[in-house]
Amino acid sequence: MAFRLKLVPEKTNIDFFRWQAVTFWGSIALVLAAIVLTIVMGLNFGIDFRGGTTIRTESTQAVDVGAYRAAVAPLNLGDVSITEVFDPTFREDQHVAMLRIQAQEGDEAITPEVIAKVEAALQGVDPSITFLSVESVGPKVSGELIRTAILSVLAGTAAICFYIWLRFEWQFAVGAVVALVHDIALTIGIFSLFQLKFDLTIIAALLTILGYSINDTVVVFDRLRENLIKYKTTPLRDLCNLSVNETLSRTVMTSGTTLIALIALLVFGGDVIRGFVFAMTWGVIVGTYSSVYVAKNVILMLGVKRDWGKKDDGPAGTQFANVK
Amino acid sequence: MLHIPLWKRIVIGGLCALGLLTALPNAFYARAERHNDAVVAAERAGFETEAQAADRALWPSWLPSAIVNLGLDLRGGAHLLAEVQVADVYKARMDALWPEMRRALAEARGEIGGIRRAPSDPSELRIQIEKPEAMAKAVEVARGLASPVVTLTGVGQSDLEVTAEGNELIIRLSEAERAATDDRTMQQSLEIIRRRVDEVGTREPTIQREGADRILIQVPGIGSASELKDLIGTTAQLTFQPVVGRGTDGSAIAKPGQEILPSLDEQGVFYTLEDTPVVTGEELTDARPDFDQNGRPAVSFRFNPTGARKFGDYTAANVGQLFAIVLDNEVISAPRINQHIPGGSGIITGNFTVETSTQLAVLLRAGALPAKMNFLEERTIGPELGQDSIDAGRIAAAVGFVAVVALMIASYGLFGVFATIALTINMAMIFGILSSIGATLTLPGIAGIVLTIGMAVDANVLVFERIREELRTAKGAARAIELGYEKAMSAIIDANITTFITALILFFLGSGPVKGFAVTLVVGLVTSVFTAIYVTRVMVAAWFDRKRPKSITV
Repeated sequence: MAFRLKLVPEKTNIDFFRWQAVTFWGSIALVLAAIVLTIVMGLNFGIDFRGGTTIRTESTQAVDVGAYRAAVAPLNLGDVSITEVFDPTFREDQHVAMLRIQAQEGDEAITPEVIAKVEAALQGVDPSITFLSVESVGPKVSGELIRTAILSVLAGTAAICFYIWLRFEWQFAVGAVVALVHDIALTIGIFSLFQLKFDLTIIAALLTILGYSINDTVVVFDRLRENLIKYKTTPLRDLCNLSVNETLSRTVMTSGTTLIALIALLVFGGDVIRGFVFAMTWGVIVGTYSSVYVAKNVILMLGVKRDWGKKDDGPAGTQFANVK
Repeated sequence: MLHIPLWKRIVIGGLCALGLLTALPNAFYARAERHNDAVVAAERAGFETEAQAADRALWPSWLPSAIVNLGLDLRGGAHLLAEVQVADVYKARMDALWPEMRRALAEARGEIGGIRRAPSDPSELRIQIEKPEAMAKAVEVARGLASPVVTLTGVGQSDLEVTAEGNELIIRLSEAERAATDDRTMQQSLEIIRRRVDEVGTREPTIQREGADRILIQVPGIGSASELKDLIGTTAQLTFQPVVGRGTDGSAIAKPGQEILPSLDEQGVFYTLEDTPVVTGEELTDARPDFDQNGRPAVSFRFNPTGARKFGDYTAANVGQLFAIVLDNEVISAPRINQHIPGGSGIITGNFTVETSTQLAVLLRAGALPAKMNFLEERTIGPELGQDSIDAGRIAAAVGFVAVVALMIASYGLFGVFATIALTINMAMIFGILSSIGATLTLPGIAGIVLTIGMAVDANVLVFERIREELRTAKGAARAIELGYEKAMSAIIDANITTFITALILFFLGSGPVKGFAVTLVVGLVTSVFTAIYVTRVMVAAWFDRKRPKSITV
């Protein structure tokens, strides 16, 4: 027999639900903690959602944040935050900083004169400085972007829920949605915890996480459905366990390849998309966990219809299970 | 048992070949790009220069030459989101209506008495009449000036809405007319912006309408958003107005029918003008940068026949008077009319540099924007930042690809090699499709492709794992392979459709870079399902047919 790398042994028989209570309540506690954290600490919104201007500078000289701040201060622009950006992909003499200027009173986008003044002030500190990007978003648009973002996440969740309900049973849909809420809450929570910049691309990442997490959940669901037909009398708990065990090798493999690709991006992809990639990496980890523990736990609690043998008794999703 | 009909194999192979072929130009991006630019430039000009011919020869014309558009975040350029102040046009309409209305109401003077325009919201016309008891008559006269709206939905509705309030007659544009006007304003603004941007001649600008009153403008390769704003943000409303007086008091109140405007060059000088222009910029047929007799930059212009006649008549009747040239509510100059100017052409002098005179000529030629614009979003991305991002994305994709391939081959052996070939074809097809549909690749889009590398093997993993399981129940290799594909199918379909749903939502609700991400995600899903289900299957079947192994190891 040829050599094969096996991340998971051929036949596993892990009891995933031995710590059902711990994992379930633990997950709920984490979700609640993430929500509380987000409310208390808030999110570090980017200009997409808050309005304002960001300027990305690059220089061959080291960044002196204090000097930058002193140069910009006389312009009376209100809240200006200056951060130096570090990245392993930068060259030796590549020093990058980000300036964020709050939305100016009465203006939509910032005026070119103000930008010119800021640029002149910074050039006074460091003549070799160049301006790689200047982005300005007015408060009107940022308000709309927030609404669209929330709407798109809700629409994504609802559409997935509806599809699962069509293809499986309502208990599966509930399980899937609870898992999705779990993933989104934990992702937003970690952005709040570390005060990472939360902008439009993070919303895109959230939706991708939705897609990935459901992908994982569906594969396990699919196997569970198959096993429900095959073993009509085995307790649901054992069937869940069996399904997770049978698909474990695939779960590990796919999460593995996806994580490899994402980690390559995280390390080599540059700092501009790091937040975006970080959100997805975290989402893949959380999503893999939630499809085993959260979604299955919910199904175990709700119970599920067991007479799969009798097919075609009405359209899917119209039957309700006997909740045990 | 693993038999796949020949026609199916041909279709699958043909699609793969097509994918590889359409992706090919992207491997020689710079060459293909120069070829395409040369073709477009030669087509536009109607002839081909030697340099263009050389560029065109860089890429054989019998090969597909479409390449993936790089988004602003990768190529650098400027992005503006402008809101057109559509209500500006209502005011212009009301101002134009007033003289007409005055004439019509004056004819009924005996019944309604004297009339006077009252101050009002700019979008309406308020007229005070002397005898409020005759209001019904006034309303009737005013309604006589209305005409039906011509739109697809609003046929039959009147364009004016006339109401009375005390002794005031109030005239507004009707709901249907407003909608029709807004639409015209937007069309006109789009067209003019397109003309102005095209005059500068950059590659593939995006100029599109967003929602009811917004325009998105993306111009790759331009230096900064403010440069772009200078080009498109000015309304460039040129008028020629009679001068009543000249003074230094800008806060003086103008008499009805007159307005006070500042001078562009002379500090603190204000002109009192009649507010109805004699001729406007709309009647210009040409404007070009020029020099006056002293060799200073100027802009020369020519009117169309009606404009020329009006201009000629006015100058003949008003020799010795001052005549103001007004651009966007500033008096550029107010020369004295020395003699009758019959030819319909003239020259605008002022404190121009060669650049500003050229720019003004461009603006005048392209026509005036019907309304002012507010800029809601401005982004400038430098080309270096984009190049850095492309390089970083390329390295990440290569590293990710190699690592995924290594893991696949280590885990599945020969089947891993099949999956690797499928993955390579998959990547090529993504680029092929993106180029063919003219999609734009953005930085999150690159991330989407790298993510696809990781997720695309999922379908293969599902199948291979399933084959392993079926092998354990020992039904023979061929049967196991067949069952593996069959039984993994429902999981593959369900898993990909759910991801597809989220990608679609991203596409419809997202904007800019996020949309680019959604496009690559959707394309990646389709190609990865195709390659995983069909391409690997053809390879597995072909291998199995030739080797006829008694037992297989996945």
